Amino acid sequence: MTVLTRVSRRRFLQLTGVAAGGLVLGAALPGRAALAGVLEQSSGAALNVFVSIREDGTVEIVAHRSEMGTGIRTSLPQIVADEMEADWQRVRVIQAQANPAYGSQNTDGSRSVRDFYPVMRQMGAAARTLLERAAADAWGVPAAQCAARNHSVVGPDGRTLGFGELAARAATLPMPEPSTLRMKPESDFRYVGHGLPIVDLQDMTVGKATYGIDVHLPEMLYASIERSPWLQGRIKALDADAARTVAGVSEIVELRAVEGPPGFNPIEGVAVLASNTWSALRGRGALQIDWTRSEHSEHDSAAYLDELVARVEGGPGEVRRRRGDVEAALASAQQVVTATYRTPYLAHAPMEPPVATARFSDNGCEVWACTQTPQATRQAVADALGLDVDAVVVHVTLLGGGFGRKSKPDFAVEAARLAAHAGRPVQVVWSREDDIRHDYFHACSAQHFRGALDVGGRVTAWLAREASPPIGATFDTTVSMNSEGGLSQTFASVPFAVPNLQIESHPAPAHVRIGWLRSVYNIPYAFGVGCFVDELAHAARRDPIEFWLALIGDDRLLDFSGEGFSYSNYGRSLEDYPYDTARLAAVIRALADRIPWKTPLPAGQGWGFSVANSFLSNMAVASKVEVRDGRLRVLEMHGALDAGRIVNPDRVHAQMEGGMIFGLSLALNGEITFGGGEAQQSNFHDYPVARMLQVPPLIRTYILPSEAPPSGVGEPPTPPVAPSIANAVFAACGQRIRELPLGRHFNV
Amino acid sequence: MKLTVNGTLRELDCDPEMPLLWALRDLLQLRGTKYGCGKGLCGACTVHLDGKARRSCQVTVAEAGAAAVTTIEGLSADGTHPLQQAWREHNVPQCGYCQPGQLMAASALLTASPTASDDEIRSGMSGNLCRCGTYPRIHAAIKSAQGKVPLADQAGD
Repeated sequence: MTVLTRVSRRRFLQLTGVAAGGLVLGAALPGRAALAGVLEQSSGAALNVFVSIREDGTVEIVAHRSEMGTGIRTSLPQIVADEMEADWQRVRVIQAQANPAYGSQNTDGSRSVRDFYPVMRQMGAAARTLLERAAADAWGVPAAQCAARNHSVVGPDGRTLGFGELAARAATLPMPEPSTLRMKPESDFRYVGHGLPIVDLQDMTVGKATYGIDVHLPEMLYASIERSPWLQGRIKALDADAARTVAGVSEIVELRAVEGPPGFNPIEGVAVLASNTWSALRGRGALQIDWTRSEHSEHDSAAYLDELVARVEGGPGEVRRRRGDVEAALASAQQVVTATYRTPYLAHAPMEPPVATARFSDNGCEVWACTQTPQATRQAVADALGLDVDAVVVHVTLLGGGFGRKSKPDFAVEAARLAAHAGRPVQVVWSREDDIRHDYFHACSAQHFRGALDVGGRVTAWLAREASPPIGATFDTTVSMNSEGGLSQTFASVPFAVPNLQIESHPAPAHVRIGWLRSVYNIPYAFGVGCFVDELAHAARRDPIEFWLALIGDDRLLDFSGEGFSYSNYGRSLEDYPYDTARLAAVIRALADRIPWKTPLPAGQGWGFSVANSFLSNMAVASKVEVRDGRLRVLEMHGALDAGRIVNPDRVHAQMEGGMIFGLSLALNGEITFGGGEAQQSNFHDYPVARMLQVPPLIRTYILPSEAPPSGVGEPPTPPVAPSIANAVFAACGQRIRELPLGRHFNV
Repeated sequence: MKLTVNGTLRELDCDPEMPLLWALRDLLQLRGTKYGCGKGLCGACTVHLDGKARRSCQVTVAEAGAAAVTTIEGLSADGTHPLQQAWREHNVPQCGYCQPGQLMAASALLTASPTASDDEIRSGMSGNLCRCGTYPRIHAAIKSAQGKVPLADQAGD
């Protein structure tokens, strides 16, 4: 049951920092728990999204989620504008500050549109209803004879009143009962389903878009921080004499770590404050620091991964999902196929590194940050400074990429602590080296698979074991097994119609800060699963795409409950978002129909295929590669996506292109290694990301038409890419690569 | 120190060894030029010196002093450089952070090689990283702007 509430102009001003016009309204929705992320700071407050109309007719729509490149600052307001019959040319988008009134602002998990599509429609419908009622009052006619059309309300005899003329009157009317709201038929949508250009397009092409690093306050100091090279290191000795002599340097500050798990807390470090970024970087370079050792300062990633491999190959782990009797089926199989895959640690490397600016005063702390989690940022700053959360204001800038890194507000806490110390505004700038060495790293993994085939080439058993350091360890260091949420990302949720199936986990204690990266555990698990299906297909002498379809089996809705596995379904119920194998099979067929999959290729070339269900969407990818003289080139990538109803198809195509290139970049190049507890990469020379020359000249994206509820878009295009490329390599040259990145094996 | 930026002579009180990037951003408040790596590896800080693309993180203020510096803010007076228009027609940006550098690299490329082939565009633009993966659209936008870019940059005149 939805409750619509009026919001005062004063309240709107408090929430956005922008003075509101005549009409302001909001929606309070119970059931917020279903929308909130696991790590969301719970406030218990209602969810509100606000629309305001100025006297001049400008409709202001609040974007409460963070813009990091998905186009969300356009897509969500575009739904409101459509439903309320606003003219998009007269809409102004306002970025929300952090506030629980909006419900979750935690921009990750590919859930902005899927969670807020109905809310945005309701907001638009409520605004339209008020405007229609205001016109009816003004004319003394029944509201049923008044209809909003393109920024005006049209009366019975064709007379009109503009939204701006109606705003003041509409603001005095009682809020409509949600049950009385009349939604627009979807066939009448003018904006939803159309590729509106993003609202920041002009600014972004003239250098006027404001990112976290572009914030500038009077009297602001710039800070660069030298942090402990390994997890839980502490300052043992500091010599800052040379740093103090650097021109522009004003102060050296020791930033002591708080005890406990890493969480969102800053890493212990020494900050150099200066009048400009370059002086801060130079001063920081002149610091001499000895660090204490810790239980993680011997971490060696190669040896660690060997250990994980030994564990998954060595014996049974904890059973996470079980169907039938895998051991018996393997024992009686016509053929058993076995393979082990390993994937490395990864860094996010958004083009804009983490940057935050803070100003501290008697009234509290004000923060400007390129954050994916405004509310968690606010809470973390309040906790760090001992402030009431109401005394912290978080302004959200544009994000120069996020990919999950900017979900973790440690950098904002650093800025807040330094501003409180310095008594002047401080901007903390992470260098690229800081970003790559001190990331919340994407987990490495070892995965072992055994498959049984019968005489007819059908899979009779699927055994899968994994060991991968869990994200949970970042918040509770006693956690060493991946969670059900983690295993729900492809590994344990495989949609296979096999009679015997068993999924097992081994522990993998974390020695670095583990965090989530675009598509999260689907990256390693879709690689292992997608490659092993291909291996089984070849062992069974079947076409891989036909084999995938046979393995998925008859069209059905999946239900994991009888197999001991509590499938997370990305936080949504299976009633609202069923896992429908018919839709999964449909993306496979749609892609297969669009590529010359069976046309013979020249020697050294091959096609590879994979598919993954993630974030409630289905995505299939086919890659064509050439392997010649040790050099691997990806020639083509094709992707097909079913993400339910599409709000902005141009941005969805853009996310598919970008998500596939992100996957290609990780598959070919992505690897962070550790020695002596330290990350051994530091910048784009040793942690390369895809350049234009590495990207296939031909990338095609297909969106399956659907009227199902919207599902994830930002992340689903990534997981099937790596297995599609590795499978193509096998088709091209017969080499089965079971370890990422592919750049370890070929010149890429 | 003196710099000529976007046609205007600017005076700076700074270490002559300061990279142009930080002088533009922190001292001249021209923040369209972005920091990405500080090592000349990513191209986010690309500007023009006498019409040629340079990484402003790798050029000192002293070195830049003799040249005409053009930043994204000066690529065109009103955002209507053919490449800026093409970028909008193709909806190139996602997060947008690298795009000033991409535009400065692309404009220098087309000024030097107006008829650059597909492969020459790919090679010429490969110094500029985009983590969002807008490369296919950057390539398409450059192709569509070919023949429309003036042969000499305004600041290179």
